[in-house]
Amino acid sequence: MRNTVLATAAATVLMAGGALAETKVGVLLPYSGTYAALGNEITLGFEMALEEAGRRSEFTIVTEDTEVKPPVGLAKARKLVLEDEVDVIVGVVSSGVLGALRDFIDGAGVPLIVANAGNNVATGEACSPYITRVSFSNGQVTRPMGEWLASQGVSSVYTMAPDYAAGHQMIEGFSQAFTGAGGKIAGGEYTPFGQTRDFGPYLTNAKASGAEAVFVFYAGGEAISFVKQYGSFGLAPEIPLYGAGFLTSPLYVEAEGDAAIGVTASLHYVPTLDNPVNEAFVEKFQAAHGRMPSEYAVQGHDAALALMAALDTGAREGAELANALRHVSFDSPRGPLSIDPATNNVVQNIYVYDTVKDGDGLTQKVIGTIEAVRDDPLGCKLQ
Amino acid sequence: MDAGIWILQFLNALQYSMLLFLLSIGLTVIFGLLHFVNLAHGALYMLGAYLGVSIAAATGNFWWAFVLAPIGVTAIGAILYFTLIERLRKADPMNQVLVTFGLIFVFLDLVRMGWGDIALGLDVPANLSGTSEVFGVSYPTYRLFIIGLGVVVMATLWIVLVRTQIGAMIRASVENGEMAAAMGIDVGRLFFLVFCVGCALAGLAGVVAVPVFSATTGMGVSILIPTLIVVVVGGLGSLQGAIVGSLIIGFIETFGAVFLPNLAAIIIYLLLAAILLLRPQGLIPAKGH
Repeated sequence: MRNTVLATAAATVLMAGGALAETKVGVLLPYSGTYAALGNEITLGFEMALEEAGRRSEFTIVTEDTEVKPPVGLAKARKLVLEDEVDVIVGVVSSGVLGALRDFIDGAGVPLIVANAGNNVATGEACSPYITRVSFSNGQVTRPMGEWLASQGVSSVYTMAPDYAAGHQMIEGFSQAFTGAGGKIAGGEYTPFGQTRDFGPYLTNAKASGAEAVFVFYAGGEAISFVKQYGSFGLAPEIPLYGAGFLTSPLYVEAEGDAAIGVTASLHYVPTLDNPVNEAFVEKFQAAHGRMPSEYAVQGHDAALALMAALDTGAREGAELANALRHVSFDSPRGPLSIDPATNNVVQNIYVYDTVKDGDGLTQKVIGTIEAVRDDPLGCKLQ
Repeated sequence: MDAGIWILQFLNALQYSMLLFLLSIGLTVIFGLLHFVNLAHGALYMLGAYLGVSIAAATGNFWWAFVLAPIGVTAIGAILYFTLIERLRKADPMNQVLVTFGLIFVFLDLVRMGWGDIALGLDVPANLSGTSEVFGVSYPTYRLFIIGLGVVVMATLWIVLVRTQIGAMIRASVENGEMAAAMGIDVGRLFFLVFCVGCALAGLAGVVAVPVFSATTGMGVSILIPTLIVVVVGGLGSLQGAIVGSLIIGFIETFGAVFLPNLAAIIIYLLLAAILLLRPQGLIPAKGH
């Protein structure tokens, strides 16, 4: 009897000890507004990676909705840190929200794993030892495409993107690399973000510019409208369409339909990548959700892998955990992935892919790989 | 720029104007007749789009969606009419605005629950895909169809309003509802009829817009702003106002995007401000307002 009591007491103490070692994660993503689909997709990837590793029980997850609004995102981050006392925050889709959080995160000393927002500045001049990005930076996705396109003999390009930070950074990254490799920018336009429904007027201008190709960055609903309208104007045979790969993301390429066929784009992940980690990932995701995973799901997945890898070094919270995050590297579904301690931005392969017809659906055919793309520090002084 | 580009941009502007017309005519006539600001009109447009996608997927034919989606939206509109709008007709305009504004978010979340957050597309029907030659330029056939549809709806409404008895009754009720009722016109039934037509046109605009713009949960809110501007610029409650307003906004937005791309986002708001300052009743207001 006494033994039983002792054993129970011991077990209770052990369990309490286990509970103390639990990591509290604040997941800060948009679940309403323009980017709700992205928030949901990142969450799916994140939870899937924890469960796959059999470590879901080590984590307490507190979810908050940023509504894609910077002030709301900041208020929710404060709540997660001050009220819920989370050890680490994962998330942030919009660069605007990331900008609003930056000083608070840096001051509070709670590590933030960025699972989408690509603002160059966050791992450039405004970098912080507490902000680690496992997704991509805007320039990182499009710079390789500039060089690749020039190497394909394309000499002049017309560019288009929505008129906000990400649009500008995507196009600037592309343009610098493209002109650096001898190409010429024949013209371009930034369209009002979230207000442009009809791209017809701009497409007519693009046609009139005499450019050999069009390079664009659009995502979500705008990407669908753009690709379909580009197709309907019959421009593609004369002036092929290239873009940052979000343009024909597996998340909505089916909605674009046949208009997406033949679009060539660059991205850090497509579900058809040929590596064992990806095969397993795609199989699991498909079994659970009945469709292909997108780059957003992989970003959520890799945020979880980075977090687990950092915790495995024995780091628990604060500066220690942030420092461990800066030095992680692992095999992701997108290929080898590491964090550059000079900027805290991810170092990864960028893939150039065509969208092609596959039976009734559409799929991605990788036609070029640019390995281990790393950003210049651009004013970041972490090292 | 050569002439071909001008023609293309002209067609772009016309196509956008027609879509704005389909939306604003419903909004403005409902306002003119019922003195009711129905901000949920944008939500009906969104419902038309999503119903259209589902119907086209279920039947495999765009034309079923084209016919059934507006009917579905009208049914939803009728439910709204009897549960909310009829009660609110005597209410303060501020209450009407708040309730219908709230409806936008209710419908937005219902659509998110039913169809998800991922944007949906709809293929152009096979006989309208590709491009056609008009005035020496090749232009997407489907966009020409939208222009044609807009013209047909415009002409039909014009004839009904100007040439038929029911049109005369509607005009009389807009001008002076009490007097029209005293003359034996069943104003209540007329209101309901007009409300239904407005809903059907919003649903029609939605289903017609999907192949070009895709269906997104934000579409209802984002189209509401230019539509309201059309109504204010054109003049509340009048068919001519909606026609003129749609053409002005469509052309200004299109050519603004071409010539003043940096100002494209604000140029229609400048126009709105100018109209409110100089001619607050709008360019061609309905009589009696």
